[in-house]
Amino acid sequence: MSDNDDIKTDEVRELPSNETWPAGRENTANILNEPRELSEPLSEVEAKRAMFRRSRRGFIVGGAAALIGIFGWRWMSNETKEMLLRGTFEINRLISESLYSPKRLAPEFPPDKISPERVNGMLGLESEIESNDIYVSDPGISEMRRVSLAQIKSLPRTEIITELKCIEGWSIVVQWAGVRFSDLMNYVAPGKNIPEIRDYASLSTPDGKYFVGWDIESMMHPQTILAYEMNGKPLTPEHGAPLRLVSPLKYGIKQLKRIGAIELTNTRPRDYWGEQGYDWYSGH
Amino acid sequence: MAKQLEKKHPLAIRWMHWINFPLVTMMIWSGLLIYWANAVYSIRIFGYELFHFFPAGFYEFLSIPYRLAEGLQLHFFFMWLFAANGLIYSLYTLFSGEWRALVPVPSSFRRATRVALHDAHIVKDLPPQGKYNDAQRIAYTAVILMGVGSVITGLSIYKPTQLAWLTSLLGGYQWARWEHFWLMVLFVAFFAVHVIQVAIAGWANFRSMITGYDIVEAKADTPASPNAEGELA
Repeated sequence: MSDNDDIKTDEVRELPSNETWPAGRENTANILNEPRELSEPLSEVEAKRAMFRRSRRGFIVGGAAALIGIFGWRWMSNETKEMLLRGTFEINRLISESLYSPKRLAPEFPPDKISPERVNGMLGLESEIESNDIYVSDPGISEMRRVSLAQIKSLPRTEIITELKCIEGWSIVVQWAGVRFSDLMNYVAPGKNIPEIRDYASLSTPDGKYFVGWDIESMMHPQTILAYEMNGKPLTPEHGAPLRLVSPLKYGIKQLKRIGAIELTNTRPRDYWGEQGYDWYSGH
Repeated sequence: MAKQLEKKHPLAIRWMHWINFPLVTMMIWSGLLIYWANAVYSIRIFGYELFHFFPAGFYEFLSIPYRLAEGLQLHFFFMWLFAANGLIYSLYTLFSGEWRALVPVPSSFRRATRVALHDAHIVKDLPPQGKYNDAQRIAYTAVILMGVGSVITGLSIYKPTQLAWLTSLLGGYQWARWEHFWLMVLFVAFFAVHVIQVAIAGWANFRSMITGYDIVEAKADTPASPNAEGELA
């Protein structure tokens, strides 16, 4: 019985009693009615004892949580970490895709905003240009296997001035002229609703050293074009002649230069930088 | 001398405060791995570069170079945890009434100036305060707004096409990146001042962020209970 009483007394003493803050309206705490919680008065020893109990509990729990956090992260194998971070890329992609709308356009700029050109990356461009033809392979949707640059140039011309964003963090405004990917699809597979039949597009350089994979929705976006002109001049080899992919929907690493082949597929294509630890989707 | 235990920080606030520390650390660390790939910002006065972010030795010391992919992976993982923690913290602060202890009022700026003068040993007396003084109210509210700013500028450079309106509002892609970077610098500055102030404030103050309580002097007219005195004997 007396044990019980003791516990009750202890609890009562620690129950908050509301007090006010000093100095009336001169104190912001009073202006905003900040509550104040104080225990009943305690002796110094009692206060220290109560504080010690709380400290012990707080530091043990806090310390344990910190150790679990630090050592948990350290002991996590690289494979697990990779899975976790890669998995997050995929979750981020699903969220992006569910919010994606082909109607949402990237800003276009007036010609006076065009930046000085910048060359970055010669991957897949080391060999000589041997052919101006693009191989389009998908027997499921089209009989046509090879499209020449002349045929592409005969398709409706699209000009855009958009910002090319490098995954490194810089960006430049560039004027492009070329053919919408969706217009090319109309040409090689007239009347077909490509996004309904295919999920992905895979593009690669003629030497096969550089390859990118795209979700078909981003490929069919009105600002995704196959460009043959840059800043009013024909594409130069270092910028991806004869034909390169351009889109303000993804980072530069996805905008393949010197397209050799385009393949439509339902299995997710390999992606050069995706295999180096970058986000496969890399969508804006 | 009679004492009282004063409840300082609710359990939820303490957890979120401490969880935020590794989360912000990881956001800044992974942000540096990303920033290195296009390290273009500096402090300039009249065209003269005072400080470049960052000197080569800084990157080498922390082995930052050539880890862009890793930085992006970490940044786009921890961003969820950082944003979630911040969101829950804000909602908790709003609905629990804790905001009354945290936000400033217009007259806070006058009192905060006096706090600053006091901390600089220019004036002796501190203005009256609640749990936090008015300089703290301004700083802690500002750091929450900085967190909001980091999320907004971050989103605008993460999805500059889907959120093109937001990116334009912030002055365009490059300005948004610049703003995102400087918010990070402000976070580091806040952290430095915060740690120094906590060190100066002493052990009891630090302990209150772990236990939630502090021991304060009881007011003169509230004597300690006889029971409490009895235990002294």
